[in-house]
Amino acid sequence: MNLQLQTLHWALIGIWGLLAVASVIVYAISRRSRKNMSELVERTRSWWVMVAIFTVSFLVSNTLSIIVFALISFLALKEYFSMIPTRRADRRVLFWAYLAIPVQYFWVYDSYYGMFAVFIPVYMFLFLPFASLLTQQTEGFLKAVGTLNWGLMLCVFSISHAAFLLILPPTAENSAGGPGLLLFLIFLTQFNDVAQYTWGKLLGRHKIVPGVSPNKTWEGFLGGVATTFVLALLTAPLVTPFDMAHAALAGLLIPIAGFIGDVTVSALKRDLGVKDTGSLIPGHGGILDRIDSLTYTAPLFFHFTRYFYY
Amino acid sequence: MLQKAFYIVIRIAVLFLLGLNVRRKELLPVKGPAIIVANHNSHLDTMVLMALMPLSRLKDIKPVAAADYFFSSPAKAWLSEHVLGIIPVERRRKDGHDRSKDPLQGCYDALGDGKVLILFPEGSRGEPEQMTDLKKGVSYLAERFPQAPVVPVFTHGLGKALPRGSFLLVPFFCDIFVGEPMTWEGNRIQFMSALQDRFAALSKEKTFAPWE
Repeated sequence: MNLQLQTLHWALIGIWGLLAVASVIVYAISRRSRKNMSELVERTRSWWVMVAIFTVSFLVSNTLSIIVFALISFLALKEYFSMIPTRRADRRVLFWAYLAIPVQYFWVYDSYYGMFAVFIPVYMFLFLPFASLLTQQTEGFLKAVGTLNWGLMLCVFSISHAAFLLILPPTAENSAGGPGLLLFLIFLTQFNDVAQYTWGKLLGRHKIVPGVSPNKTWEGFLGGVATTFVLALLTAPLVTPFDMAHAALAGLLIPIAGFIGDVTVSALKRDLGVKDTGSLIPGHGGILDRIDSLTYTAPLFFHFTRYFYY
Repeated sequence: MLQKAFYIVIRIAVLFLLGLNVRRKELLPVKGPAIIVANHNSHLDTMVLMALMPLSRLKDIKPVAAADYFFSSPAKAWLSEHVLGIIPVERRRKDGHDRSKDPLQGCYDALGDGKVLILFPEGSRGEPEQMTDLKKGVSYLAERFPQAPVVPVFTHGLGKALPRGSFLLVPFFCDIFVGEPMTWEGNRIQFMSALQDRFAALSKEKTFAPWE
């Protein structure tokens, strides 16, 4: 028990140290550069707030962390519903969709994996169209049901997998247990975002998906994958039960899935003609802009871990 | 005291359940005499505008609302006056109504006392998220108090969250766009059309998601 706490504490201290170093670099760049760097400074400041919230909830208890993830899902779903076209008649249906959040996270809290895995893709999937048809308005029915379900899957179902990692028990190979796995997932997903962005800014030349996201480049993508891969190999022995082969696999899975999640939300934004999903996080945009990668990495990494180790 | 407690609860609910994207909050007047003019979609409009004000200023901020709705029963009237701080205005004059009293008298008195008025010149919430013509009452206030700035505030999303005739609050992020203050220049028609133009410009600042 003592050892577990210590490993996790060291991992958290490492994250704070990294953030401090990054902040000093950003400060130095913004002092020297003639260009307006206020967005980068704002973004760094927001990272401090996000890391602080995460650290506090992480240290206090699993239950608080689960509640924080439920709140993240709520904010993300609210952002999604606020930016997509919705029907006035479906107000009640949207309300039911919001109610799915506390229920889904209750299954996490309750460690009820069977229900956790099917509640949204089966029960909510079947219930929402029924609730929608009660409005007796068939015009736009397909679009409404399709968009509501996708939002629920992306913002609630996907993200809840990160929370489910928390309640995985410690094993012989991994004294840090679920919290260690969650830290590994969140740290690498977010670090990969920054790494892909940074490599892209430094070396980016060849566009990778210009039709969806004109700022994404092959150099950024590959640089991010390589950096995250190395970091995964270095940190996996600390906080996960993975052997080297599995650490390497996870080190590829997270940056690649993260990239796909990022461009998926980009495609959504482009379709809707918006630049950011919201304005909740200064310098970053909305909460969906921040967790876009996580919507892909969380369920994939969870099932990867579950398949090989639980 | 009661009002402060009420608005602390409202403030938490507004920030958590709705979430506001406020542009140019610094243009909102906190000292009177001043007139805030907003479009009207929902009962939430007043709550949200009040929630944006510093708590210590609340007692000097007065929403102007229809007497026939908010003062229709003694309980409602007490709540409207003491908790919400509403100034009642007679919406329509029935025959036989005492015409010697100006329906805006309460507003004149409040502006004279240096209060900040919140006015919804559409007169009614109407169909959510659709703006109707503005009533001219605001121009009489501006004429009588030319030193009071008239600040247009355009809101979007509150009518989606809680439209007229519904008791079910559905969370949506809401946009609050505050415009530059206007003052009375001496011409009523010009004043009203300038105000209407301000609202048109504010409502075009962002493309809102369709909501049919």
